Amino acid sequence: MTSLILSTATTYLLPLLLLLSVYLLLHGHDVPGGGFVGGVVAAAAFALYAIAHGVEEARRVLHTHPRTLIGLGLLTALLSGVIAFVSNEPFLKGLWTTVTLPVEWKLGTPTLFDVGVYLVVVGVTLMIIFSVAED
Amino acid sequence: MLIAVVSGFVFSLAVPLLHRTVRNVTDWLVVLLPFSLFIYFSFLTQPIAAGGVLSSSHAWAPSVGVNLSFVLDGLSLLFAILISGIGALVFLYSSGYFKGHSGLGRFYAYLLIFMASMLGLVLSDNVIALFIFWELTSLSSYLLIGFDHERSSARSAARQALLVTSVGGLALLAGLLLLGEAGGSFELSQLLREREAIRSHRFYVPIVVLIMVAAFTKSAQFPFHFWLPNAMEAPAPVSTYLHSATMVKAGIYLLARLSPVLGGARIWQGTIVVVGAITMLIGACLAIKETDIKRILAYSTVSILGVLTFLLGLGTRAAVEAAVAYLFIHALYKAGLFLVAGIIDHETGIRDVTRLSGLARIMPVTALAAAVAGLSMAGLPPLFGFIGKELLYTATLQAPLANSILTAAVLLTSALLVAVAGIVSLGPFIGRTMTLSEKHGGVPLTMTAGPVVLAGLGLLIGLLPNLVAGRIVSSAVGAVLAQPAAIKLALLHGLTVQLGLSGLTFALGVTAYLRRDALRRAVSRFDLGTALGPAKGYSLTLDGMTALARLQTRILQSGHLHIYLFIILAVTVGLVGSWLVRYYGLMRLEGWADIRFYEFLTALVIVAATIVIVRASSRLFSVVALGVVGYSMGIIYIIFGAPDLAMTQFSIDTLTVILLLLVLYRLPRYARYSTTLERLRDAAIALAVGVLVTGLTLAATAVPPISQISSYFAENSYLLAKGRNVVNVILVDFRAFDTLGEITVLAVAAIGVYSLMKLRGNGSDG
Repeated sequence: MTSLILSTATTYLLPLLLLLSVYLLLHGHDVPGGGFVGGVVAAAAFALYAIAHGVEEARRVLHTHPRTLIGLGLLTALLSGVIAFVSNEPFLKGLWTTVTLPVEWKLGTPTLFDVGVYLVVVGVTLMIIFSVAED
Repeated sequence: MLIAVVSGFVFSLAVPLLHRTVRNVTDWLVVLLPFSLFIYFSFLTQPIAAGGVLSSSHAWAPSVGVNLSFVLDGLSLLFAILISGIGALVFLYSSGYFKGHSGLGRFYAYLLIFMASMLGLVLSDNVIALFIFWELTSLSSYLLIGFDHERSSARSAARQALLVTSVGGLALLAGLLLLGEAGGSFELSQLLREREAIRSHRFYVPIVVLIMVAAFTKSAQFPFHFWLPNAMEAPAPVSTYLHSATMVKAGIYLLARLSPVLGGARIWQGTIVVVGAITMLIGACLAIKETDIKRILAYSTVSILGVLTFLLGLGTRAAVEAAVAYLFIHALYKAGLFLVAGIIDHETGIRDVTRLSGLARIMPVTALAAAVAGLSMAGLPPLFGFIGKELLYTATLQAPLANSILTAAVLLTSALLVAVAGIVSLGPFIGRTMTLSEKHGGVPLTMTAGPVVLAGLGLLIGLLPNLVAGRIVSSAVGAVLAQPAAIKLALLHGLTVQLGLSGLTFALGVTAYLRRDALRRAVSRFDLGTALGPAKGYSLTLDGMTALARLQTRILQSGHLHIYLFIILAVTVGLVGSWLVRYYGLMRLEGWADIRFYEFLTALVIVAATIVIVRASSRLFSVVALGVVGYSMGIIYIIFGAPDLAMTQFSIDTLTVILLLLVLYRLPRYARYSTTLERLRDAAIALAVGVLVTGLTLAATAVPPISQISSYFAENSYLLAKGRNVVNVILVDFRAFDTLGEITVLAVAAIGVYSLMKLRGNGSDG
């Protein structure tokens, strides 16, 4: 499966789609989006890349094994719950703080939780797709 | 105190990594943690002995009454000191025992998890937290017994220990929930105040039975005693730490902790005395029968656990004093002897006592430590064990009833244990010097430190008993009796009946030791344990369950995906459909006029695409048509104002198509495999499912929502959770716990798919 159009297109599409997925992830709290959709979009981006350039190449671009992402994601989600716990609040209670960057940006443990969801979704999807495609 | 418990868990995560990078430092770091905990708890003996109680509480799930609340009183303190002190020695010992073993990092991690859970167990004031720590100790015990997981005997022993203790764990959970119901609280300190209400509550008997099952399985009481000797598959440090000094005493701890709440009734005291007495006799007899040094020690531990249970059952002041002192004494000498057994095994590779002799010349320091610990076990002055034996006889002589029978039972047990002490701590070291096959380089200092320190403490406390009497023993006894106690221990009381009994015990024990071979043969002849014992019952139950599972699998699992789907769908349609018809009758569809043109068009596209999927002559057509269905669904979501759903639907559909394309050319030729009749049957069930789902949707939208939950979410999404996207707020905040569960399931599913894809065809039977 080598198509010049597809392989050239995906080279540019991959970063764009990843950017979109991160946008979806970070804005999900206020507008449609979130960790799940973001994760699926990111996984689709890598899947597309795998179709165009082969799984080996996609794995190289991903830099790490999908299972690492799954573990990392679960730990991140858990950590976001534990943060509330060590501040003597119930497990998984959302805690918020506002960070003033050039624009004001609210940062909270639910965001971190969503990052965990994102990572798990990317990891799970890619683990399945890569192993199906390689087989 | 939260830090004291949590530090072990946190550290256990880091240890495998540390061990891989800075190996030499890790050996010392893992000793440092229990040692600093030991120092911390030692400094607390003064305020606790003065009558203080230390407590701290952290909310966990306060809505269901579960908190991480910790209380340190005399009983907890005694356990905490044993756990951290012996822990430090065991970690030190492990670094020598496993020198150069590649799995040492993993071993440290398990052992740390165990230590932290055990500390949590004895410090918890909340019974649900106590239960969780209890299960964590069972789990870490499983991992540690099965540490050498390439041997099948280690694996089956680990599984046996886990199954037996988790039966107890389930009983414990049920018992504690009932207890919480009866007492109106999950906090032990609260329950203590409600004891009258609990004792007269209708749940009292079930609570007592369940709690006792839990305690008896954990502390290897008859008829659950068989798992402990088998657990000797574990490496020596584990046997020392879990299966003699600490974990197996968790059941004793539970009985002691709850006796102020539940004790006093005949069912409680009576059952505990009888079970304890049977266990101590059986344990002592079986210990004589064995020749493997670790199994001998394991059975003698069973026997001592029986003694402790028995004493708690008696429940008098003298009995509780004896129990607390004996618990302490036993932890010191038995841990020492287990470490010695580990050294012998490590250096000679032999565990059979009939083949070991003359080791004193090869390992003099170890031999000395073993001899001192053995003397404490035999209960000779001036060791701590002697004081314990005097207390034990005092307790049985003062027993409220049948004191002569009880004293005789204790006398017999103790005499047998004197013989056992001789077999394990004297036998291997005297006599003709063995020739060791390998060149021997001396026992490393890290390994001898443990037995020497523990035996030395036994001697020191024997000589100066009031070092611990006021500070540790009194407050522990006070906690069990729920009233202050001031105890003075002394080595000699003059010429008393107890002294006479001690002398008699020793004389009998020495006779038994000298005629040990004849005794072993005699006990073996009367051994019914292997033919009819509870261990046999365990294996029969296990085999029975496997057979049952195999039978029902053969009936229900045909292996055809097609049939599975058919059964699942047909059952769903049958059950849900009949209910729907019963409650709603047949529904009439109204409001056709409200359908707008583009809604109708989208629906039409979906139906048309579905027909294409089914009728398509090539697989590619089907896949594309499936995509059309998915995207049209997305459009419907948009029309009805659910952009989140639509977006998810679009992206999922894209992924599905990609996935299908990937597997497309790997599938067999696209052809008809089923007969027309089968196809008609499948069509019928598919239609039925469609009708059912339509009906369900209509029924769900027809009834007004009962709860106001959706408006609550909509109103509070921004106020409470600072998010304008309600769907996302529900997922990551209001219902975050559910989401956490879902992503965990997702991860497990991925691992399943991965192993199916990658490991296919490697196993013998899939």
